[in-house]
Amino acid sequence: MQQIIYFFQKFKYFLFYLFLTILSFVFTFTNLNFHKSKFVNSANSITGGLYTQISNISEYLSLKEENKRLSEENTRLKNQIEKTTLRLSSDSIVIDSSKYHQKYTFTNAKIIKNDFTKAFNFLTINRGKKDGITKEMAVINSLGIIGITDNTSNSYARVQSILNKNSKINARLKGNTSYFGTLEWDGNKYTTVQLYDIPRQAPLKIGDTIETGGKSTIFPEGIPIGTISKLYKGTTANNKMDVKLFNDMSNLGYVKVVKSLDKKEIQSLEITKDE
Amino acid sequence: MNSTLRIILLFILILFLQVFILNNINFLGYINPYLYIAFVFYYPLKEKRFTILFLSFLLGLLVDFFSDSGGIHAFSLLTIAYLRVFFIKLYFKKVPVDYPFFKLKAEPFGKVFNYVVTLTLIHHFILFSFSNFSIQNFTDVLSNTLFSGIFTLILFFLSSYIFIKEE
Repeated sequence: MQQIIYFFQKFKYFLFYLFLTILSFVFTFTNLNFHKSKFVNSANSITGGLYTQISNISEYLSLKEENKRLSEENTRLKNQIEKTTLRLSSDSIVIDSSKYHQKYTFTNAKIIKNDFTKAFNFLTINRGKKDGITKEMAVINSLGIIGITDNTSNSYARVQSILNKNSKINARLKGNTSYFGTLEWDGNKYTTVQLYDIPRQAPLKIGDTIETGGKSTIFPEGIPIGTISKLYKGTTANNKMDVKLFNDMSNLGYVKVVKSLDKKEIQSLEITKDE
Repeated sequence: MNSTLRIILLFILILFLQVFILNNINFLGYINPYLYIAFVFYYPLKEKRFTILFLSFLLGLLVDFFSDSGGIHAFSLLTIAYLRVFFIKLYFKKVPVDYPFFKLKAEPFGKVFNYVVTLTLIHHFILFSFSNFSIQNFTDVLSNTLFSGIFTLILFFLSSYIFIKEE
C-alpha cells in the first residue's frame, strides 16, 4: 500500500500529464470522425458569437468582391429565366402541377470563420438548428460547392470544407456523358482538389468542367465544382486527376445551405436489413 | 493576487491574439505564427506544476475550440509545459531552490535562445504531425515546422524585446 502511495507521489505530474494527454487524444480522434464530433468545435454560442462580431467588422473589406459575385449570379439567373420563358412560350409545354415536385430548399448564411491552410479544414456559418440546419446538408455559393454541414448548435453550424481530407463528394463530367467519380482532397493546395475513379473510357481533356453528380442525397445535381487542370497519365488503378476549383476558398462570404426534401425517403429505401 | 490577475490577463490576451489575429495571417498562403506558446515561457516557475499543466491544457483546448482542430493544440502545448522543467534544468542548471527567482529576462540571451527554440520546435513538430495525421506529406510537416517555427520565434523575440520591461 505504501508502495502505491509512494508511486503516486513520485509520478503525480506525469500521471496528470498522461490524463490530460488522453483527454486531448479523445478530442482529436472524435474531431476527425465525421459523425462523432460533438464537443470541441467552433459552432457553440461563445466562439460563434465572437466570430460573428469579428466578421461583422472584417466583411467590409470584401464587399467589392461580394457585390461582383452577386451581380454575376443575378445576370446568370436572369439569363436562365429568359431561356425557359422562351421555350415555354414557343413549345407550349404544359406544366403538370401534380408531377411538379420541389426537391430542395435554400437557406442563405454567412461564413463567419474560414480555414483553408490545414489538412482538415472547417468553416463556421451563422445559421443553426433554429433556422432548420441539420447535419449533412450541402453548402454552396454561386460559383460552386463549399462543403457539408457536420455539427449544429442553436444558431451556428460547422461546415466540413471540401478542403478536408475526410471529404468525399460524388462528381461527374459536365456534358452528355454521365461518367462519375469521387472528389477528394490531398491536403496540398487550396485551389485544387482531386477526382478519383472516373472510368478509363471517359473522354477527358484539360479544361473540362466537373460538376456534382447527384448520386448522393446531399448535393443537388449539376452544381459546378471546377475544371480539370492536370491528368495523370499512367496505369494507376484510381485514375487520378486534378481539378481547379471555381471558388476561391480563401475568400468566401455569403453562402447557401441546401436542404434536400427527399433525403429521408431515399435513405429509408437504401437502408436494408441484413438477411 | 497581483500575479494571479496578471496571469489571467495574459491568458485571455494571448488567446484572443492567437485566434483572431495570428491564425489569419497565412503568410505565403500557409505560414502562421503560434505565439500562444509564449504563455508557457512566461508562466512563473514553481515547484508545484499542476496549475501550469492544467492552464496550458485549457489554453490549448480553447485555441482548438476556435480553430476546429480537436485536441492538437491542447496536446502540444501541454507537452511543452510538461517538458519545460527538464529543459530549464538542462540549459540553465537550476535546482528547485532557484525556481521562485527564475526570470527569463534575467538569463543570458544564448541560453534563453536555446531553451525557447527547443520548446518551440517540439511544439510545432507535434502540432503539425497531428494536424496532418498521416505519414503522407511528411516533408510538409517538416517544412511547416521550420517556417512557422521561425515566424513564431521572430515574433516572440521581437515582442519580448519590445513589451517586457527591464527590471
